[in-house]
Amino acid sequence: MKRKFTGKVWKYGDNINTDVIFPGKYTYQKMSPEEMAQHALEDLDPDFVSKVSPGDILVAGKNFGMGSSREQAAVAIKAAGIAVIIARSFARIYFRNAINAGMPAIRCPEAVDAIEAGDTVTVDMEAGTISTPRGEFSFPAYPPTVMEILEHNGLIAFIKTKIAK
Amino acid sequence: MAKTFVEKLFSLKAGRDVTAGSIVSVEPDWVMSHDNAAAISGTFRKTGAKMVRFPERVVIILDHEIPAPKESSATNHREIRSFVAEQGINHFFDVNYGICHQVFVEQGFALPGKLIVGSDSHTTTYGALGALSAGIGRSEVAAIWATGELWFQVPETMQIVIRGRIPDFLTPKDVALNIIGRIRADGADYRAVEFTGETVSAMNIAERMVLCNMAAEMGAKNGYVPPDETTLAYLKGRARSAFEPIYSDPGADYVEVVECDVTTMTPAVARPHTVDNHASIDDVAGTRIDQALIGTCTNGRLEDLRAAARILKGRKVKVRTLIIPASWQVYSQALKEQLLEVFVNAGAIILNPGCGPCLGAHQGVMAPGEVTFSTANRNFKGRMGCREAEIYLGSPLSVAASAVTGEITHPGRFL
Repeated sequence: MKRKFTGKVWKYGDNINTDVIFPGKYTYQKMSPEEMAQHALEDLDPDFVSKVSPGDILVAGKNFGMGSSREQAAVAIKAAGIAVIIARSFARIYFRNAINAGMPAIRCPEAVDAIEAGDTVTVDMEAGTISTPRGEFSFPAYPPTVMEILEHNGLIAFIKTKIAK
Repeated sequence: MAKTFVEKLFSLKAGRDVTAGSIVSVEPDWVMSHDNAAAISGTFRKTGAKMVRFPERVVIILDHEIPAPKESSATNHREIRSFVAEQGINHFFDVNYGICHQVFVEQGFALPGKLIVGSDSHTTTYGALGALSAGIGRSEVAAIWATGELWFQVPETMQIVIRGRIPDFLTPKDVALNIIGRIRADGADYRAVEFTGETVSAMNIAERMVLCNMAAEMGAKNGYVPPDETTLAYLKGRARSAFEPIYSDPGADYVEVVECDVTTMTPAVARPHTVDNHASIDDVAGTRIDQALIGTCTNGRLEDLRAAARILKGRKVKVRTLIIPASWQVYSQALKEQLLEVFVNAGAIILNPGCGPCLGAHQGVMAPGEVTFSTANRNFKGRMGCREAEIYLGSPLSVAASAVTGEITHPGRFL
């Protein structure tokens, strides 16, 4: 996994739910991550998919990803190009799904307040810092269990390594 | 040190003393999945595992798109059927059982003191029986199928104390919507929620299931009702295995205690497009609706159908009204009690047990500009398949009353 991410910010509000991130009507259709990416944030920001660039950073308010356990809500955003999500807080299943998809989900309310849409920010996973045009903010390190999953770029690859041993 | 229910259960499972904030890797007693088992089986194969580690702990219940509305769903179902045969998974419930959360409880899997996970956010429902049950993602289910275990963070616990005798026209759904309106959709984020108090003790299992189901809408990891005589009576002759109830110690550390008095509550409605967009039914009375929906894992049980029938008996519905018993057992009992006859005579449409229109996958889809008043647990934009439609949530009594008038109506008008 990359330890440092620099990207342009997409910013959204509080309580962004999984139905607007990845609509329920698609959840039982088999799709590749690339196909899922075509529906990312479909009912929240229809422009997102056509304008997002690889490495961009998504910033949101509190309780990001509330609602369904659907994993596609994390996979679709990652496949669309988002490298890392920073939020005031995450819904718990979404947090797990993001980590398990190999996408860091960072809780840092101070950074969310400071960051504006279109900013370029840098997240340093090792130092635990977020550098923004309006200052630098720190966040606590992940526990080793979580870091190990991210290092393997997701839970399944991690399990695969474990089973192969 | 005094411990909460979740701290005690995770300590037991982990074989060491853990408290809120600890990360543990433990083996769940049951792992439940539904139609998404097709996708999970694909992910499972990517782990390199050939056979499921503990097939006897796997439960699969088809409910989201049943019977298959299109070729792709039928193919999913076929893949699941061949996977369960190949892997020797005996706890498989095909399209003629009903909604996973209802079937899981009816079939005696939900038991006190068990750790249960499922690839569905409303897996919280089984806490009504005293289990620790939480929703997880699909890859996590695949990981458990492959290895038998998964990582968890031991949550802090929030106690919701509910007191008072439930007044007329108020149901557990109204209690839950009132609580969510107060603590909001993230009020219990990452937390375990314990429902206690004399009102909860007086509730039957179906009513407790409504509270624990709606705990997901508070952001909770799990909802839990301490098991008691009501629990044991329900489980008699039903429990799939031996079980040992676990209770929070007196003096355990709660991160927050919320006290609620039901005697001052009024029937509640969640307005579009969030569950915490709370209104008293009187404040939205008169809102025109196009469709009424009574069912889902929140409110499709026999008690809910009886409540709806109290209002629909001898009356006609004015709008499209969909009634979905939560399971075949509920369906069969509703048939015996002649509730289905009441619904048919009222002009309602009875759908087969399943998730149906709740998540917009099939049946009862709305057109732009339309409004559904539903007993489900979610009203997010686009939830029922159309992003320009609106969903209001309420109790079976409130939805039935509104089906008769064609606008949101206080159930007291008919009772």
